[in-house]
Amino acid sequence: MTSTKDTTSSELLSVVASRELAGKRTVFAGIGLPTLAASLAHLTVAPELEIVYESGVCGAHPSHLPETIADAVLITGAEAVLSMPALFGNVLQGGHIDVGFLGAAQIDRWGNLNSSVIGDWADPAVRLPGPGGAMEVMANSGEVFVVMRRHDPRSFVDQLDFCTSPGPDRALADGIRPLGAGVTRVITDLGILARPGVGEPLRLVAVHPGVTAGQVRAATGWPLEVDGDLATIEPPAAAELRRLREQVDPGRVYLR
Amino acid sequence: MCGINLTLIRYWTLHNADWHGESVTDKTTTMAEAIAAFVHDGDTVALEGFTHLIPTAAGHEIIRQGRRDLTVVRMTADIVVDQMLAGGCVRKLVSSFVGNSSAGSLGELRRRIERADPEPLEFEEYSHYGMIGRYLAGAQRLPFYPVRSYGGSDLPSVNPGLRKVRSPYDDGEQVYVVPPVNPDVTIIHAQRADRSGNTQVWGLTGIQAEAVYAAKKAVVVVEEVVDDDVIRRDPNRTLIPSHAVDAVVACPRGAHPSFAQGYYDRDNAFYRGWSAISADPARLRGWLAEWVLGTRDHPEYVAKLGERYWAGLAVDDALSLPVNYGRRRENTR
Repeated sequence: MTSTKDTTSSELLSVVASRELAGKRTVFAGIGLPTLAASLAHLTVAPELEIVYESGVCGAHPSHLPETIADAVLITGAEAVLSMPALFGNVLQGGHIDVGFLGAAQIDRWGNLNSSVIGDWADPAVRLPGPGGAMEVMANSGEVFVVMRRHDPRSFVDQLDFCTSPGPDRALADGIRPLGAGVTRVITDLGILARPGVGEPLRLVAVHPGVTAGQVRAATGWPLEVDGDLATIEPPAAAELRRLREQVDPGRVYLR
Repeated sequence: MCGINLTLIRYWTLHNADWHGESVTDKTTTMAEAIAAFVHDGDTVALEGFTHLIPTAAGHEIIRQGRRDLTVVRMTADIVVDQMLAGGCVRKLVSSFVGNSSAGSLGELRRRIERADPEPLEFEEYSHYGMIGRYLAGAQRLPFYPVRSYGGSDLPSVNPGLRKVRSPYDDGEQVYVVPPVNPDVTIIHAQRADRSGNTQVWGLTGIQAEAVYAAKKAVVVVEEVVDDDVIRRDPNRTLIPSHAVDAVVACPRGAHPSFAQGYYDRDNAFYRGWSAISADPARLRGWLAEWVLGTRDHPEYVAKLGERYWAGLAVDDALSLPVNYGRRRENTR
């Protein structure tokens, strides 16, 4: 019997994120928690799920858990390997991705993301990796799920230091027609924030057992609205953890 | 090969007798000759390879030859860029991702951008598809390339290359556009090419073809130079035809620490170790002195790592099945 008492934060976030993928067909996922969540969903709530990787791999059937989005194990045995113009142009901008997974250093109430700098862009306190494909994932996926390991006011900010990947509200204000809904789910160590799409701020819709709405509000840098019927997230079940530990990441590459 | 003028080499032709008596130009040369001939101080140099087939050995030779004031164009500026920055080769970086893959930070890059230490770095930031669009526009000699991203981003406020245009067609929709990039030279790494530069790549093919076509000159570094017949038996695998290639350099294991599908695996331990090396400027310069400046060429770097090390990156075979291109029968028409 798999113990559920020693669930790690990575396991918790992976399991909760995997449930959000129920019924989805295509997911654009980076390495780490998104891969774990998508792989687990494939074994549980979304058997039809196809993971598309930024490197150009569609329909991967890896022999080992990939260590990068371009790991050789993703290519060997894959259903398709595409060039960058095909992946970003035809697949992503062509509207074939249901859910894009993103992370960021900062997120605001509209689901806009900063992955470029802390401080001023021209003279930053910290230079972060930058957009990569995140801007395109945001602009073109049907919706975007964000996984944040630590829910604190440094990451959940009133004002971004820099907006790298804008949601649809900012795009519209700039006169650009967005294709997708932007961020609809934010899964954190405290709970789940959600927004239906354009024009709506992120609200707290669920908390992990033992977490209060007050705690989440205190950890959020803007006045966070709380859903009237705040749900309590079902903790990872033994079956989910067993699949995650034994089938998805047996080497515990990401399940730290 | 030392001392032989590269332009002379390119006029040496080898005659292959087939039905229309074509001739084949031999563009093979050494890494040292190729870098000396095609990379000059102040040039704009694109080094492409999306995690797979990163032209690291070419970057090392640029450091050995002490090139200065380069503008480096690379979608994912990772370890090889950090090394070229530490080697003092780079004045400006054009990129869409500046990090050590998922394995941590680039120490030299962060010091240059955050503290101008030891000198400032000009930085032009795009997204991945922005860079892809720049290469596409460059390759196709277009004035710009439209993309559906960037609306509402702060990037256009710090990058004047990002502009908004209105569609001339009925709906008048606005989109952002990116400018073309036409590097002085693009350098890529590939699995194999023939001596004239027909280049075959499998696995992740990234943006290499567009980056080559966008450039004024192109250098292809390969795991192996193969007979013309090897290429011609599988022409669909040719990503870049010889007409776009100026030099072919055989440099086995030249993509380390990245990988070459079917040849050797990615050196994940090296990526993880790089963050600690590059976090300390003295240690990083010590690494460069020992592994780049302290080796005469890439074969010496390979030998210094040792065969036991390489055995740890070896891969087993996973062969594709041959396809049948067919051959016209002699006596049926």
